[in-house]
Amino acid sequence: MARMKFLCDADRCIECNACVTACKNANEVPWGINRRRVVTINDGKPGERSVSMACMHCNDAPCAAVCPVDCFYTTADHVVLHNKDLCIGCGYCFYACPFGAPQYPKTTNFGARGKMDKCTYCSGGGDEADGSAAEYAKYGANRMAEGKLPLCAEMCSTKSLLAGDGEIIAAIYSERVKTRGYGSGAWGWNTAYQETINV
Amino acid sequence: MFDSLSRRPRVRLLGCFVALLLAMTTNSVLAQNADRPATPTTGFNTDKAEVHESEVLGSAPLVGRVIIPDAKSAVLVQENGRWFRDYRRGTQIWIAAAAVPGMIGLLLLFRLIRGRVMIEGGRGAQVILRFPAFERFMHWLTAFSWCILAISGLNNVAGRIVLLPLLGNENFSTLSAWLKYSHNFVAFPFMMGVVLMILVWLRHNIPHPRDIEWFAKGGGLIGHEHPPSGKFNGGQKAVFWIVVLFGTCLSLSGLAMLFPFSVTDIAGMQLIQVIHGGLALLMMAVMLSHIYIGSVGMEGAIDAMKTGEVDLNWARAHHDLWVEEEMKKGTIQPHAAE
Repeated sequence: MARMKFLCDADRCIECNACVTACKNANEVPWGINRRRVVTINDGKPGERSVSMACMHCNDAPCAAVCPVDCFYTTADHVVLHNKDLCIGCGYCFYACPFGAPQYPKTTNFGARGKMDKCTYCSGGGDEADGSAAEYAKYGANRMAEGKLPLCAEMCSTKSLLAGDGEIIAAIYSERVKTRGYGSGAWGWNTAYQETINV
Repeated sequence: MFDSLSRRPRVRLLGCFVALLLAMTTNSVLAQNADRPATPTTGFNTDKAEVHESEVLGSAPLVGRVIIPDAKSAVLVQENGRWFRDYRRGTQIWIAAAAVPGMIGLLLLFRLIRGRVMIEGGRGAQVILRFPAFERFMHWLTAFSWCILAISGLNNVAGRIVLLPLLGNENFSTLSAWLKYSHNFVAFPFMMGVVLMILVWLRHNIPHPRDIEWFAKGGGLIGHEHPPSGKFNGGQKAVFWIVVLFGTCLSLSGLAMLFPFSVTDIAGMQLIQVIHGGLALLMMAVMLSHIYIGSVGMEGAIDAMKTGEVDLNWARAHHDLWVEEEMKKGTIQPHAAE
């Protein structure tokens, strides 16, 4: 099976937020939830870079490790998913996640966060049948079951955000870096996958 | 005359402007030529050397700018989560094991060696009021809410290891959700209890030199000697201060977690989590011994919190100075036991 990953080529990202919009539309996530976001570092200074960030579907995912009810699981494509029927909304996964991926639908006080929501790599989740309405309502789109990649990467206007098998997108990225002569790195790969792309 | 006056400054102004423009363009062209590499790179990027992921990522959270209102989403990567994870999966489990089963083991050992601490000379005919109804109420308010908080907190620490295999995913999740809610809401009666204890009992718990003597003599628990003591002996004062200080720290850190990210950022939230859990586990160890000695561990001790009236012999042995004082004041008189 493939090892699905995201790769954001920050030298190409123009902070258009199309990935964010595509994600919201594909998954119909509620207000206040951002499964994907674009963070701009060194804003207005030399070396400014924008990085589109969501769940990176880590190896040995920290969220899964700290979950008090063990509601996370990893699919055959190595996508990290969670079961909303088991989630108690404690918020620990947000503290452990290096990428700030877990989101909570409620922002009311007294620790009531609601069931956690995060990027599913557009592959649904839970016990619901693939592509069912129940699955869509709970987890959003299941494009993977239809043989499609996540919509964020598919809609990226500059092809900065790449999704797919780790080895293939790493090869695309390293070819780009070789051709143009620079690259600011595969953001988050070292943290998520304990590897970097050597060019 | 009039005409030339008006025209001349205009010409001069134009001349200045042209000169300035010329100077600016030549300067910038020169500057650009100096910076430009021999073979120009393609694309828009001319500051590629300024940033690389490996240079900006580190132990500190990497914060940028986002266009969404959620301020905490501006943290691009935070690797601090790693120690939080290691603590939660490793260290904290060991602290919990030492604090709860470890302490229960120690108490069993103590029971085996020392046996039940009996009233010397047995129960007498008279009892004396030690805790009036309000003091008993605030004790049990704090005690019951603490027990719920301790059990639900422990479930978050070790439930996945201990209970999940027994109950199965769904049952355990339902239980954990209820325990989470109870933890969040029972916290408030607990905080009230701590505040009441500070208000009512603080004046009896000011440390005194005789408390050192009490500890030196093992408080009548290890030896059979009964060091002099007021309303609260050294051990009880220690319990009071642990409840007050730990309780305050737990309340403050707990409030910070009930209102997440309202007072601090992600690194702070992780730290608060670790402190809250660590202090709570230490407090559990202390409270287990308090529960033991206040109930099955010592004859007559539970009466103080049950009816509020304790055996006069017991009171004389454990709180001689308090009994003397009360007798002198004469407000509370010992009377015959029912």
